[in-house]
Amino acid sequence: MNAVLEAHGLGKRYGRRWALADCDLTIPASRVVGLVGPNGAGKSTLLQLSVGLLTPSSGEVAVLGGTPAAKLGKIGFVAQDAPVYAGMTVADHLRIAAWANDGFDLEGARARVEQLDLPARQRAGRLSGGQRAQLALTLALAKKPKFLLLDEPVASLDPLARREFLQLLMAAVVEDDISVILSSHLIADLERACDYLVVLAGSHVQVAGPIDELVATHHRLTGPRQRGGQPLPSGQELVTESHTDVQSTLVVRHDTPILDPAWTVSVVSLEDLVLAYIARDKDTRGKREAQDPPSTPSARNLKVAS
Amino acid sequence: MIEFYLDPDSGVAPYLQIVRQVRQAIRLGMLRKGDQLPTVKEVVASLAINPNTVLKAYKELEHAGLAAGRQGIGTFVTAGSPEPVVEPRAHGALRGELERWIAKARRAGFDDESLDALFRDCLRSARAKEEGIA
Repeated sequence: MNAVLEAHGLGKRYGRRWALADCDLTIPASRVVGLVGPNGAGKSTLLQLSVGLLTPSSGEVAVLGGTPAAKLGKIGFVAQDAPVYAGMTVADHLRIAAWANDGFDLEGARARVEQLDLPARQRAGRLSGGQRAQLALTLALAKKPKFLLLDEPVASLDPLARREFLQLLMAAVVEDDISVILSSHLIADLERACDYLVVLAGSHVQVAGPIDELVATHHRLTGPRQRGGQPLPSGQELVTESHTDVQSTLVVRHDTPILDPAWTVSVVSLEDLVLAYIARDKDTRGKREAQDPPSTPSARNLKVAS
Repeated sequence: MIEFYLDPDSGVAPYLQIVRQVRQAIRLGMLRKGDQLPTVKEVVASLAINPNTVLKAYKELEHAGLAAGRQGIGTFVTAGSPEPVVEPRAHGALRGELERWIAKARRAGFDDESLDALFRDCLRSARAKEEGIA
């Protein structure tokens, strides 16, 4: 089994609005995947569909080669803001998690709590945000999951707590060979921790792939103003373009080297790459809505690279 | 044992930053033949980075003949380093001279950028001269 997550035509609709639409996605095993996109892009929806907290309105999703319900014992999930029971102590959380989950590593979890200096008799409601996140991650890891899904785990943490959380997570990844997907809008954190990227915007997957490969195949081209939308050579796909009266700047994805001497070719940072795809989505939506409002998302044909 | 750090604003890929730090440590004599590099797990846990980043850096070092992995033990600095090793004592003396030189240049009104440009320019012409002789 090579894919930890496989989605085909996956969608979720609330009334007339599609929170996620036309999602085709294959995520290979043993990766740390960053799921990025603006608020409301569908990140939480995708994660909740993947762990069976939501049922799809269209299409299907498989995790670890089965349905989310069938694989629940092998999946770890930490929901947004690391929810814990405020009135229960840290030790209570461990006991209840051990009782509710077969194969829960209670000894390991207790050792980790001690190592992290989490006060075992403290009520969870009185823990700091960072400690609460560490407790939630400790519980998820003690389940010995093969696949761990984290929804914005570090969004509300200060920089130190964020670093400590990611240290704990990455150490577990090496130790137990866990596949991880975490959503975030902090690209700097993702750049360190992740080796695979999925960009979601406007309920659609915009681009997905190994970060190395994405960075190597995207470049910014700067040159004299292009008149009248000249087509790009084959093997080059336009992501975004902007123009002043004298200059054109393009971000392109390409399989072959860019040889046209009219362009100055420069590297695109991961952050700029993500922003380019988000901008492209905004742009295509703007144009479409100007033409034939209101559109159904499934009618839109966005190229999904994988 | 050395400890790595990452500069997120450098624009240099994280794996390359690790490679450079090892090269530099060897060049400065902080790492010698047989010294062990931090294990992948140690680096990952301290920097909160992806394990593949560390693996890639170590592979690159092996490829360059600067380090070798031993199954289940770790990665070690190997002999045959192409890097000229600067003796720590000579290093200290050179550093002292350079610091005095910088102070002198400051009094002459050089800012960081002009200093950097001057140094690079001299380095380039020195290299050209060496190659001309050889």
